[in-house]
Amino acid sequence: MELDLTPVWLTLKLAAVTTVILLVISTPLSWWLAHARSRWSAVVEAIVALPLVLPPTVLGFYLLLVLGANGFLGEPWQAVTGSSLTFTFSGLVIASVLYSLPFVVQPLQNAFTAIGRKPLEVAWCLGASRIDTFFNVMLPLAKRGYITAAVLGFTHTMGEFGVVLMVGGSIPGETQVLSIAIYEHVEVMDYSSAHYLSAGLLIFTFTVLLIVYVLNRRYPSHEH
Amino acid sequence: MNTNAEIKAKFALAFKGFELDVDIQVPARGVIALFGPSGSGKSTVLRCLAGLERAPQGLMRLAGTVWQDENNGVFVPTHQRSLGYVFQEPRLFNHLTVRGNLEFGYKRTPVPERCIEWTQVIELLNLSHLLGRRPQRLSLGEQQRVAIGRALLASPKVLLMDEPLASLDQQRKNEVLPFIRKLHDELDIPVVYVSHSLDEILQITDTLVLMSKGRNVATGSLQQLCGELQLSEYLGDMAGAVIETRINQHEAEFGLSRLMFDGGELYVPLQNAEINTPLRVHVLARNVGISLAKPEVMTSILNMLPATVVEVDVPDVDKHTVQVKLDIGVPLLANISRKSLHNLRLQPGQRVFALIKAVSLAQKGIDDVELLSNKS
Repeated sequence: MELDLTPVWLTLKLAAVTTVILLVISTPLSWWLAHARSRWSAVVEAIVALPLVLPPTVLGFYLLLVLGANGFLGEPWQAVTGSSLTFTFSGLVIASVLYSLPFVVQPLQNAFTAIGRKPLEVAWCLGASRIDTFFNVMLPLAKRGYITAAVLGFTHTMGEFGVVLMVGGSIPGETQVLSIAIYEHVEVMDYSSAHYLSAGLLIFTFTVLLIVYVLNRRYPSHEH
Repeated sequence: MNTNAEIKAKFALAFKGFELDVDIQVPARGVIALFGPSGSGKSTVLRCLAGLERAPQGLMRLAGTVWQDENNGVFVPTHQRSLGYVFQEPRLFNHLTVRGNLEFGYKRTPVPERCIEWTQVIELLNLSHLLGRRPQRLSLGEQQRVAIGRALLASPKVLLMDEPLASLDQQRKNEVLPFIRKLHDELDIPVVYVSHSLDEILQITDTLVLMSKGRNVATGSLQQLCGELQLSEYLGDMAGAVIETRINQHEAEFGLSRLMFDGGELYVPLQNAEINTPLRVHVLARNVGISLAKPEVMTSILNMLPATVVEVDVPDVDKHTVQVKLDIGVPLLANISRKSLHNLRLQPGQRVFALIKAVSLAQKGIDDVELLSNKS
């Protein structure tokens, strides 16, 4: 039997792209959540946390509507690119970004909150601009938060199922990610392939998490 | 006053339950102390000076450079202001070594604007043996010294210090305080120093800004302000005149030094300093008594000076004492019992004798730290 590894590469690609996008958009968002005293911050916090508790099918259902050919995002996308957002890799990326958002925002927000304003004020007083302060004070101090956020975002995206199924279906090479492939192997009683992929995912995820937690213990954070 | 050498600051701010409304104009040289009880708004003023808080109608000028003038739409962001800020806690960057911390502001100061040398600061604050260490491995006193050095190395036009000694115990205070005095003597940078400790203020201040309930209630030299009756309420037990003196003569056989000031002489315990060394002394009002005539017989009190009554404070029926302002060439405050006031019938203009039971030394100078706890 020949094991098809396409879903593995597709999953890694999806997780990598999603993580990069998430780190970029979560930085200002988490920063704002950590420092804003606006009454809206609680609302935004709750929205960000929704994917933690909402059934993936609910999220997937609404995404399907929004990304669909007549959807609020899908229609302009189709007009500009000529391709659909549903049942494509691009659609999966958008879905994954939303689905994994809390896993990236929360560690960053915690890191930013722990760091507080004080080191930033010091940096400003020493002549560092906001950008300078971000790269030379905030980022190094929040390093642990970023590593945790990246790992959680990556591994969580690798493991998603429900949202992908709703938004992406199971098109080999395009939207058929690991969890979907495993599901389909089981459906056709191909337990051996299901085993390989499942065990691979399990070992990979465990190893990455283990490395992060070991590092976190060994190198105490600078956050305090 | 020459506007080129002054700090002008006008801030009004309202927080929840707190209002700040100050209008300060002081010479931009020496140590300017913002002094007042906790919650009087001293730190907020400092934050406004740095641009860390923005007073809506604020105005702030340092020696001709405008940092804030809201009426003309000027607000220079903190990082573009040439200032050093030393916070209550050292706030060192934990991701950098001591050297990295010290270099942070230094590297960001354009070379032509660097007026403070690396070696000068390292030497002044005695930091050379700490450079390779991590901030977490330093004592609080060492950390605060690094924080001061870090601020200085950015070659600031003004140094803002927010109770830099508050987080330190007495021993560490004595470790850092001499450096602050030295830095004021050796580097020509005005220092705005926030404190609620009279002890610190007495040692380092040139200009005093007295703060109370969000307002600056008085501004002037230490000697001038400490001789005012109206201000003694802010000082409580520590009320008393500050007198600038010089060492006139040593009487080593009795273990005494004689100090000269504009109105006479004072005896203090023998000072290990040369003749003519300036010495600032603090005469607590509660250590000054009044006699109508020079005692005919000998007394054990050495410091007995002819004085003129200037003003008698309004007696407060809740207190058994009352304050009297005397003139001995310089202002002097005396704290006497209301009964004594009644018996002596003191009137402004009356000639009396001030009996000084003790003189505290509030000396500037690194060699005299041990004297601080040695109130004679």
